[in-house]
Amino acid sequence: MARGIHLRIFTPGQKVLDAEVDRVEVPALDGEIGVLPGHTELVSLLKPAGLLTYHVGETKEEIAISDGFFEVGPDSVLIMADEASRPEDIDLAKALEAKELAEQLVGKSNTDSSIDVTRALVDLERAMIAYNLANRSRH
Amino acid sequence: MANLQDIRRRIRSVRNMQQITKAMKMVAAAYLKRSQDRVIAARPYAQAMMRVLSRLAARAGDYHHPLLDPRGDQHYLLILITGDKGLCGAFNTNLIKAAQKFIRDNSGKRLELVTIGRKGRDFFRRRGIPILKEYTDVGTRGVSYGRAAQIAREVMDIYTQDESTIDRVFIVYSEFKSVLSQKAVVKRLLPVGAEELAAGPASGAPEPEVLVDYLYEQPPGEIFGRLLPRYVDTQVFSALLESVASEQGSRMTAMDSASKNAGEVINDLTLNMNRVRQASITREIIEVVSGAQALD
Repeated sequence: MARGIHLRIFTPGQKVLDAEVDRVEVPALDGEIGVLPGHTELVSLLKPAGLLTYHVGETKEEIAISDGFFEVGPDSVLIMADEASRPEDIDLAKALEAKELAEQLVGKSNTDSSIDVTRALVDLERAMIAYNLANRSRH
Repeated sequence: MANLQDIRRRIRSVRNMQQITKAMKMVAAAYLKRSQDRVIAARPYAQAMMRVLSRLAARAGDYHHPLLDPRGDQHYLLILITGDKGLCGAFNTNLIKAAQKFIRDNSGKRLELVTIGRKGRDFFRRRGIPILKEYTDVGTRGVSYGRAAQIAREVMDIYTQDESTIDRVFIVYSEFKSVLSQKAVVKRLLPVGAEELAAGPASGAPEPEVLVDYLYEQPPGEIFGRLLPRYVDTQVFSALLESVASEQGSRMTAMDSASKNAGEVINDLTLNMNRVRQASITREIIEVVSGAQALD
């Protein structure tokens, strides 16, 4: 019988998830890291905008997370993100609005030098991840 | 003796006041519940942050960071958290008193002030104490982490900029112990004490630490440096959450006793009113009787 992984996702405001899972894919800053039970201990940073996937048996769950860090223990994964939203927590209309706003901002950044392009791109990616995640879960 | 009309009018106005204080008590109770929940919900993150940081600190060895390295002891920055509104008992007064005491105790040092909340700002502004930065309406609609982090980053920028001479940063806030007990506390925010990190999370027995070396994707120093500002953010955030919960708790108790006092005043006035009414009835009877006697 395989050991599980104790996955915890915390944001400054709340505990988003605390569950036993079989496998986790973490969007780390330098690329995705797949974690199975017995992984080496690891501390690293999260991508400013990313999608975390975890598997329990045959089911696969996704959570949009942004910015922060994570710690992998022998049989635990601790995610400390600024924001984490499950698909059911995302308001599709709001996500679409945020996406369009971010798109406009990125479009304008070519001509308007007051806009921080990197930040605008991160915002866009975050908005797209949230929107796609919410959209997928509706179907 | 006051006339009947006046007493009736006073009873009415006290009753109106009592209705308002009762309503405010109810509103405060609802907010209190919410802000209490938020204080509790924010704990796991803060504790986990503390644990990871202390583990990293133990492994990072002789590591230097502007937020970590001790400085002199001459120039202090004080962050004062108060409410934006009054009518919450001694809440704001206690915080302001704690700040004043701190200023008195460190009168030899150069001191600067950052205020969060109107009450503290107004108090020190009236006394001509310069305020470096002020924030208002932070807690009124519930504290957001984003706002707390923004304040924390601005303070850290002031602290770390090249020409800064600030040696230490302290924060005065209200610790939320229970609805009935809140305490104004002064805590050092910067530099982050190495001993504080080494101590690890305050709650629970220390887990026996086995120093297994982590695998680092980035150099440990870099990770540590990225986490330290976050740690400070969390500290400011939790100070704000606790203060907001304290404010609501304090307001609820204050409004509760205000409603009770109003009830007492109403009882006294009603008694008084009945006496006056009785006296005037007696007087009228005497007048009638003596009038009748005069006719005989």
